[in-house]
Amino acid sequence: MTKQHANWSPYDNNGGTCVAIAGSDYCVIAADTRMSTGYSILSRDYSKIHKLADRAVLSSSGFQADVKALQKVLKSRHLIYQHQHNKQMSCPAMAQLLSNTLYFKRFFPYYAFNVLGGLDEEGKGCVFTYDAVGSYERVGYGAQGSGSTLIMPFLDNQLKSPSPLLLPKQDSNTPLSEAEAVDLVKTVFASATERDIYTGDRLEIMILKADGIKTELMDLRKD
Amino acid sequence: MSQSAVDVPPKGGFSFDLCKRNDMLTQKGLKAPSFLKTGTTIVGLIFKDGVILGADTRATEGPIVADKNCEKIHYMAPNIYCCGAGTAADTEAVTDMVSSQLRLHRYQTGRDSRVITALTLLKKHLFSYQGHVSAALVLGGVDITGPHLHTIYPHGSTDTLPFATMGSGSLAAMSVFEAKYKEGLTRDEGIKLVAEAICSGIFNDLGSGSNVDICVITKGNKEYLRNYMEPNPRTYVSSKGYSFTKKTEVLLTKITPLLERVEITEVGEAMEE
Repeated sequence: MTKQHANWSPYDNNGGTCVAIAGSDYCVIAADTRMSTGYSILSRDYSKIHKLADRAVLSSSGFQADVKALQKVLKSRHLIYQHQHNKQMSCPAMAQLLSNTLYFKRFFPYYAFNVLGGLDEEGKGCVFTYDAVGSYERVGYGAQGSGSTLIMPFLDNQLKSPSPLLLPKQDSNTPLSEAEAVDLVKTVFASATERDIYTGDRLEIMILKADGIKTELMDLRKD
Repeated sequence: MSQSAVDVPPKGGFSFDLCKRNDMLTQKGLKAPSFLKTGTTIVGLIFKDGVILGADTRATEGPIVADKNCEKIHYMAPNIYCCGAGTAADTEAVTDMVSSQLRLHRYQTGRDSRVITALTLLKKHLFSYQGHVSAALVLGGVDITGPHLHTIYPHGSTDTLPFATMGSGSLAAMSVFEAKYKEGLTRDEGIKLVAEAICSGIFNDLGSGSNVDICVITKGNKEYLRNYMEPNPRTYVSSKGYSFTKKTEVLLTKITPLLERVEITEVGEAMEE
């Protein structure tokens, strides 16, 4: 008898784009709310942004089932951390935990492309970008997902991050004001939606500051 | 006349000689170039006085939108138009080719083209290429025998229908037609229904998007309504705008002129042999 499901894959790509920008005392994390598969839209209002701790927000695109599983693992690990340490996890600690969690499944990875944004122990904005198996880096800004190839060069052009190899270590945070960063995020998403079929419907923007989290919504093209 | 000793391939048709070679090359890891596909919604319907064709205007290359406002309703004859889905180059080439044949036929016969003539030319061509010319078409027109609407599949099979849809958004558009189409629609009702079907494709199918094009063909008259609807404007324009932060680096300002062209004139007599 011939093999029946030789082409079956446990993964799907549900598209979507995530962007995060770190400033001196804030962090902007944004993602579109479209979930799709192939040429079909599954949902026009599915949030890709997940609040992990008071000062750490995760935005992920890729395969939403894996993203959901990943969020669940991080949530339970964070609960254990709170019981043991009687405090919320910091963003850099969460960044290391996420990396370890991803690498734990090195040979059957979570099909998730993450951007973690938040505030570090000094209250400065921080952004961490990842690949699917846990390689990560602290950066001043980052983009992941289906529209990242369109957005990243534009951010590079506008924000020109210093090389991480420079000595002494340079601050990678962007010099923009909060309003300027939000405007930039809106612009890059409006542009990516023009040319990427998997990005669209609505933009969700979270602005993290020492005094709390603000959420903003903006409409994107729905075609 | 003597019979040729070797087998001569029959004239006409398509040569598949290179298919074996191409298969071998792909097996060895050669990547064939990708084509511009119009993952499309195209539709047509027959109304009281003629035919209405509709199309979206998005052309894609994989997940990227290659053209936000392309034309998918092609001219065939003054009384016949044709919507194309599939590989953009194929739909363009095949409609241009047949439209030229139709014009020559009109010069020779002195009569207006008929829709079945266009249909036969298209399906003969597509069938001879066994589906390798990826053009899925909706052909519509009004001729001496009345209004006609046909669909043509890439392998050359055809349908004759009162309302038709094609492309990746065909299911979305057909659901609108199946719910609302009836015989004897007026012009305005017809245009409204076609626009609604195209919009359904634009919003629910990721391969389709941007604007709605419509073409209304009636006896002795046609109206090409390019960008009849524009339901997808840009959602955000920054108030300050963005520019390149750094000017182009100046490497050299000195201009080195080219050497003057020297005219050489022959002096003295040519050498004798």
